[in-house]
Amino acid sequence: MLKMTHLSKVYRTEVVETYALRDFNIDVKEGEFVAVTGPSGSGKTTFLTIAGLLETFTGGEYHLDGIEVSQLNDNARSKIRNEKIGFIFQAFNLIPDLNVFDNVEVPLRYRGMKAPERKERIMGALDRVGLASRAKHYPAELSGGQQQRVAIARALAGSPRLLLADEPTGNLDTQMARGVLELLEEIHREGATIVMVTHDPELAARAQRNVHIIDGQVVDLAEDPRFHTAYTAAAGQIRS
Amino acid sequence: MFAYYLQLGLRSLRRNPMLTTLMVMAIGFGVAASMITYSVFRAVSDDPIPNKSSQLFVPQVDGWGPQQNDNGEIPGALNYVDAMALMRAHKASRQTLIYPVMLSALGRDADSVPTSASGYAVTGDFFPMFEVPFLYGSGWNADEDDHRAADVVLTQEFNQRMFGGANSVGKEIQFGGNTYRIVGITKHWNPAPRFYAVWGEDGFSEAPDFYVLLNRMLDLHIDSSGRNSCRGNLTFTGWDQWLQSNCIWLMPWVELDTSSEVAQYRQFLTSYATDQQHAGRFGWPANVRLLDVMAFLTQQNVVPPESRISLIVALCFFVICLVNTIGLLLAKFMRRAGEIGVRRALGATRREIYTQYLLEAASVGIAGGLLGLLLTAVGMSAVTLLFDAEIAQLAHMDLSLIALTLLLAILATVAAAFYPAWRAAQVQPAWQLKSN
Repeated sequence: MLKMTHLSKVYRTEVVETYALRDFNIDVKEGEFVAVTGPSGSGKTTFLTIAGLLETFTGGEYHLDGIEVSQLNDNARSKIRNEKIGFIFQAFNLIPDLNVFDNVEVPLRYRGMKAPERKERIMGALDRVGLASRAKHYPAELSGGQQQRVAIARALAGSPRLLLADEPTGNLDTQMARGVLELLEEIHREGATIVMVTHDPELAARAQRNVHIIDGQVVDLAEDPRFHTAYTAAAGQIRS
Repeated sequence: MFAYYLQLGLRSLRRNPMLTTLMVMAIGFGVAASMITYSVFRAVSDDPIPNKSSQLFVPQVDGWGPQQNDNGEIPGALNYVDAMALMRAHKASRQTLIYPVMLSALGRDADSVPTSASGYAVTGDFFPMFEVPFLYGSGWNADEDDHRAADVVLTQEFNQRMFGGANSVGKEIQFGGNTYRIVGITKHWNPAPRFYAVWGEDGFSEAPDFYVLLNRMLDLHIDSSGRNSCRGNLTFTGWDQWLQSNCIWLMPWVELDTSSEVAQYRQFLTSYATDQQHAGRFGWPANVRLLDVMAFLTQQNVVPPESRISLIVALCFFVICLVNTIGLLLAKFMRRAGEIGVRRALGATRREIYTQYLLEAASVGIAGGLLGLLLTAVGMSAVTLLFDAEIAQLAHMDLSLIALTLLLAILATVAAAFYPAWRAAQVQPAWQLKSN
């Protein structure tokens, strides 16, 4: 579904080159729920923005759903983002002037979908996240957890092949975070491919697979006992 | 998507009321200032007879010579000798001579009192040439010109004054102590500028009162009440010497329907001037012109300079307003970089973002245009502060000005939004989403 091979991302200024990702390799299969973890500044978000075609990369290859994306122009990348990818952001990123219905509608508008189908999909997605009754509310009238559910509904409405989540519970309290996480797990069980960036070990432990990034490179946790032990312990605590 | 973008644009007007108000006011005041001055400029510079202006020509013959012309310019009218020579040659399908007269008028009623009346001495072709509309009756024909008939055509306004607006065709009226038979009453007709008599007049005064036979006025030695211009030593005495002088005071017009007729007439004018040179009347080579209506108006500088200057000043003001609008739009758009990032992440292309923001600017333009319309309507009543009353009264709002006001406001605002919208479309979604 998502395969990056020897991928690199370099930020260049006149005096310095900074590698955000270096010889980065990852292969996410269809239907997988992968958590990408790592310390701040390790390159997690850069990986996610490149994976979501929000940013270009400097070298290497990136295949998304079988398509080599490095040569695609802006229109093609936008079309793929719109049709194949759903985004869930830490800060929800709802548009404050639009009500819940209109927020969920945004990606469908760019897909050129007819109004009746849009309405059906929007209400279906809101129903799924338990917010159908709040369709006319504005984001400011909702709690953080509800706003994130709207963001998830927006990501789901277009039936994307890949769901990219960046710290989806980072701005939520424990109870709300648990609700959002359960929703993501439910979506995964229904067959969605999810890649979730987090530095929360509890969240990471709920994923099928963990990918750890340090200094812009994927580190194999199985070959590094320090990380393996730490995450296994954290996972054990969560399950108990 | 057009309706969606427009809906978003209208919604965004409410988002930052202060910023929106500033932009709408900038556009509104700018477009109103431009439209008010344009309405005056349009009135004084428009084609006064659009369906015939390319067929009506003023023949000009240099009867003064290069030494005596104003700035080397050929005189704008003709002296009697040249004017009559052109009329006698009759090389055009229709032709007329015009000069203004001022006479005292007296109705036939017992209680009628003399009143001053201004009119034009013309030939019969004047009416069909200039398509003068008639309420009652008609003009006169060439036979009546030749027979010096005591015919007169009154204007609707003068007929109202003298006869209460009734059909007075066939009635008699006295002008300058002589009795005339009324043969026609024109409908209101006062082209602005009054192109046919613009030499020596400002072209924007009130409609005349009557039209009378030129030959009869000449027979009665009725002098021009308008401009006349002479060169050299003025030694003549009496009417006949006045007619033979080099003084110019007659406005000639000819109607030429095809380009070959125009070419032939131009050739005729040159031949005439050459003949005059050979005959010793002109001590200079043939210098003639044949100007159509618009060329003649340009030559006579009919557009008042204050009209042109005020239009330029207003347009400069509008440009300043637009420059301010660019800054305000940029601030408004870039304040929403986060939203742009989200939209890009959700599948919007750069072009879609660009279009959305251009249409948002168009909605500002619509609001600015509506304010501009209101201000233009109010400003029309204040035009007299800038222009002479007779020019100011020409400025008016009509459908075309309303449409132009709205169109200018929208197009100018959209043009002002090219750069801010381009900047909005260049927003990097990754950076926006990371910074959140």
